[in-house]
Amino acid sequence: MLCFRILLSTTVLATLALAPAQAAEPLKVGFMTVRSGALAAGGRQMEEGLKLCMDEHHGEMAGRKIDLITADTAGQPAVAKTKVQELVERDGAQVLIGPLAAFEALAIDDYIRQTKTPIISPSAAAEDLTQRKLNPWFVRAVGTSAQAHHPLGEYAAKDLHYKKIAIIADDFAFGHEIAASFQRTFEENGGKIVQKLWSPLNTAEYGTYITQIDPDVDAVFAAFAGGNGIKFLSEYKNYGMQKPVLGAMTTVDEGILKRMGSEAVGVISSGWYSAAIDTPANKKFVEAVRKAYGADPGYYTVGAYMACQFLNNALEQVKGDISNKEAFMKALRNVNIPESPYGPVKLDKYGQPILDITIRKVEKKDGRLQNVVIKTYPAVSQFWTYGADQFLKSPVYSRDWTPAK
Amino acid sequence: MRSPVSTLSLSLIGLVALLVMPWLVTSEYYINIASQIAIAAILALSLNLLVGWGGMISLGHAAYLGVAAYLSIYLTTQAGFGHLTGALIAIGATTGLAMIFGYLALRASGLGFLMITLALGQILWGVAYRWSSLTGGDNGLGGLKRPHPFGLNLMDPTTFYYFVLVFLGIALLCMARFMQSGLGQSLQGTRDQPRRMHALGYNVWLIQWLSFVFAGFWGAVAGLLYAYYNQFVSPQALHLTTSAETLLMVIAGGTGTLLGPVVGAALVVILKNVVSAYITRWLILLGVIFVVIVLFMPEGLVPGARRVLRALKNSPHTDKDADVSSIVRDRTQ
Repeated sequence: MLCFRILLSTTVLATLALAPAQAAEPLKVGFMTVRSGALAAGGRQMEEGLKLCMDEHHGEMAGRKIDLITADTAGQPAVAKTKVQELVERDGAQVLIGPLAAFEALAIDDYIRQTKTPIISPSAAAEDLTQRKLNPWFVRAVGTSAQAHHPLGEYAAKDLHYKKIAIIADDFAFGHEIAASFQRTFEENGGKIVQKLWSPLNTAEYGTYITQIDPDVDAVFAAFAGGNGIKFLSEYKNYGMQKPVLGAMTTVDEGILKRMGSEAVGVISSGWYSAAIDTPANKKFVEAVRKAYGADPGYYTVGAYMACQFLNNALEQVKGDISNKEAFMKALRNVNIPESPYGPVKLDKYGQPILDITIRKVEKKDGRLQNVVIKTYPAVSQFWTYGADQFLKSPVYSRDWTPAK
Repeated sequence: MRSPVSTLSLSLIGLVALLVMPWLVTSEYYINIASQIAIAAILALSLNLLVGWGGMISLGHAAYLGVAAYLSIYLTTQAGFGHLTGALIAIGATTGLAMIFGYLALRASGLGFLMITLALGQILWGVAYRWSSLTGGDNGLGGLKRPHPFGLNLMDPTTFYYFVLVFLGIALLCMARFMQSGLGQSLQGTRDQPRRMHALGYNVWLIQWLSFVFAGFWGAVAGLLYAYYNQFVSPQALHLTTSAETLLMVIAGGTGTLLGPVVGAALVVILKNVVSAYITRWLILLGVIFVVIVLFMPEGLVPGARRVLRALKNSPHTDKDADVSSIVRDRTQ
């Protein structure tokens, strides 16, 4: 009898000991990046950021090994759709990180809702993903297009005392949203946008646009993505333009800043991240990136890195158990990281982080160009000061937002 | 006498393989890939009508895919139409568009025709990109639910695969019938000898225009299925790369054959979606494969494979007479 009892108790013990071991089977994370086409440079930075974070956690989060499956969407919406199916249906991904471009994220939006797969966006900034087309399975680890540029409009009017500004921006949704948000706060603070120029994404030469700029403006606000900032700023200087330039976050992003020269010096921009932010957490991060890849981290690097930290934080909240997707999603929306490269992180109820926005000025420091922080707007919401309800009443920012006067 | 029988048996084997595919392949992912191939094949078939049988090389064929997709999604999700009316209007309007495009493009032939189709395609892309109140700009249009025709649940990948396969079958039948018809025969005549056809009293322009519109109609069908499959459309569907990719399918598979575009579509879709998961530089691989095809089977995969098979069959060990005839044939070719 005693013998039987011992046997029984050891069996129970063994079962108990086995239980965590079962939970510790690898967690499959699908990662959508871009390795071919025009967006490949951003895709590579995303991979670097993600790898850095994975290495930091030694490939393990909340006691579970992370099995990372990478897919190349080629920056095309239809391919992104196939790839997300591949990740979820064939490879059994339980959580997704990606994709890079907003139009890719929108292309897979319905599929995410259908399959109820939690997804963390490391880069796509389209406003409506966390606003008017809210997806309960979607969380974003970066700022929205407008989030960083509402403060810049106010700063330009109140601190820089500009009265008249001309806007030149990439002619696609990201450019439209940035331009409109800047215009809104700038004009509400007494400024006036006198001109809006839209250049196609693949403009080879900005001369025709630069010569159209009204000579009476106080400054030019240039909102570019990808490598367009490099082309625009160097041609702007070559045309002998003297007016100061304000930039969007991506116009002078660290990812391309390393390829610029003196023409970028003095450009004032705003962003939810700068490699020059002077906090211990960011210094550590920047050092690690510089050591591993020999360059400052930019938009995509920090976006993917933080998406991975979001995952880690949420996994720790649910102790590595994501069998209950609703509970995991709740944890993901409840992410709370007190110290990170871009400051303390908390999400609003739309799944969008509330971020510290910095006003930065390009300066040459330690032999390289840096976005030196000159002012910080703490805890900025995606709705700026308007409040969610009022903000969501107006249509999404577009090309046709209040015309220039 | 032997060859039609073997062709028939080969097609039968192919048909059976396509039908039982969902039982052999259990992963939903591969069934979805097969649906994509079928949709791409319909588009490639319709382009093949122009390129292969009409000798009209078009670089604007994405227009029909994109317009039909945009229209069906817009009509059903935003304008409040039902699925059936939305689909019918989308196909009707896209065919109407093909009538206008045909009228414009057929004013020229050869390179001029190519440039006009390219320009028309780019205009549509520009409209989709810019007219964001209607098309959603580069964010595209989404939110389409797949319909439930005759109580079928098209959300199920296997059902959807059969649904698409039915359309592919009808498309193949229509193409085959078209080629045997007087119109199809005279289309080939206008390809080879436009002036002689004209002299014989045929209305060359009308023959080409009717074929152009027929191709546009099947492009629209592909577009509708594309919209149902992706439940989303963005300017990418109208982009030049989509047109070029379709042309690549036709050329790689074999222009002027019935099965060539289907094989070409399978090749490109598999490379783009499946192989790319293992090989990062899959575009280079696609280029290499295309170069190899051009070097060894310049007529395309399907006619090329037929030639190789025939050469094997007629090798000296089996039949001496056939050997002679094959040499003669090779000489004369």
